[in-house]
Amino acid sequence: MSRQASRGTESKKMSSELFTLTYGALVTQLCKDYENDDDVNKQLDKMGYNIGVRLIEDFLARSNVGRCHDFRETADVIAKVAFKMYLGITPSITNWSPAGDEFSLILENNPLVDFVELPDNHSTLIYSNLLCGVLRGALEMVQMAVDVKFLQDTLKGDGVTEIRMKFIRRIEDNLPAGEE
Amino acid sequence: MAIFSVYVVNKAGGLIYQLDSYAPRAEAEKTFSYPLDLLLKLHDERILVAFGQRDGIRVGHAILSINGVDVNGKYTGDGKEVLDYLANPANYPVAIRFGRPRLTSNEKLMLASMFHSLFAIGSQLSPEQGSSGIEMLETDTFKLHCFQTLTGIKFVVLADPRQAGIDSLLRKIYEIYSDFALKNPFYSLEMPIRCELFDQNLKQALEVAEKAGTFGPGS
Repeated sequence: MSRQASRGTESKKMSSELFTLTYGALVTQLCKDYENDDDVNKQLDKMGYNIGVRLIEDFLARSNVGRCHDFRETADVIAKVAFKMYLGITPSITNWSPAGDEFSLILENNPLVDFVELPDNHSTLIYSNLLCGVLRGALEMVQMAVDVKFLQDTLKGDGVTEIRMKFIRRIEDNLPAGEE
Repeated sequence: MAIFSVYVVNKAGGLIYQLDSYAPRAEAEKTFSYPLDLLLKLHDERILVAFGQRDGIRVGHAILSINGVDVNGKYTGDGKEVLDYLANPANYPVAIRFGRPRLTSNEKLMLASMFHSLFAIGSQLSPEQGSSGIEMLETDTFKLHCFQTLTGIKFVVLADPRQAGIDSLLRKIYEIYSDFALKNPFYSLEMPIRCELFDQNLKQALEVAEKAGTFGPGS
């Protein structure tokens, strides 16, 4: 509807190259600032978290998604709406756990790593770890505690990039009124 | 003007933004001679009219200014107590302006968190499970519209009962909030919104909504 047209930033869609290069600069600077890769991974996750808690409001204000009633619905919204909207890709959802509380997002082409080759001395660096933080922060704001991590990464020679999401619990203490 | 005010309440029930967009009507100024034929009383640090309603001066109105100088609670502009000042025949004739006392920002804060609780009570009273809280509250002079996001932020708009298009205005305010408050890296979450751009865009949206909504049903 007119919602799309009225979105000021829709016309401001910029080249993803500037974004990936900026992200690359961020990661390399962090690698300079911190001794080991674990600290870099932690910083990326933290930054992602801070982005996620703000981004969720933008997402909810722009898209017409309502509350998800199960984790499968959440997975669909993340893959088909959110990734599409912010990164222009649609990951596939696979590897559901029997209990339905865990799934994997398979990214065929991760825009963050377009031009990246990991040097040998950064074998434990999780280059795109920011994404984990974003997902965790955003879902926390809609009262879902989740665990997010990379299982496979094409940068490390895997065939695909796989993000594993595990539902931990509903966050009951800041549930808005009217939600069960 | 058909939209009176906007409130934004965070998920803990704290008021983080408030905007009034109306000029108070019903103010009356009159020159009095001694003795004052109105009964005044001190209530809650303000001087209110207790008896003697006339000429647009109503019971409950507060003294806003004396001889053109704004009063400050129960004190005159130069620091004397209003009641003592008016008891002295030497000060007459005197021009006093009366009006409805404005809500102080403290009172607004209190009312917002009270509404937060009412909203929760509303959803608990519901006979059906999973009801939302109060979405609309109607009186004879205004309607209160409330929109709660999935993250628990409440946007509240007070508008003329005949004003249409408030639902889309509430969504628009959510967008403005996500753009100009949350995307401002120097805005900290859950804290009062003091962002110039947020103000500007909100005022613009209110103007647009007022213009677009005046042809709604009933007007």
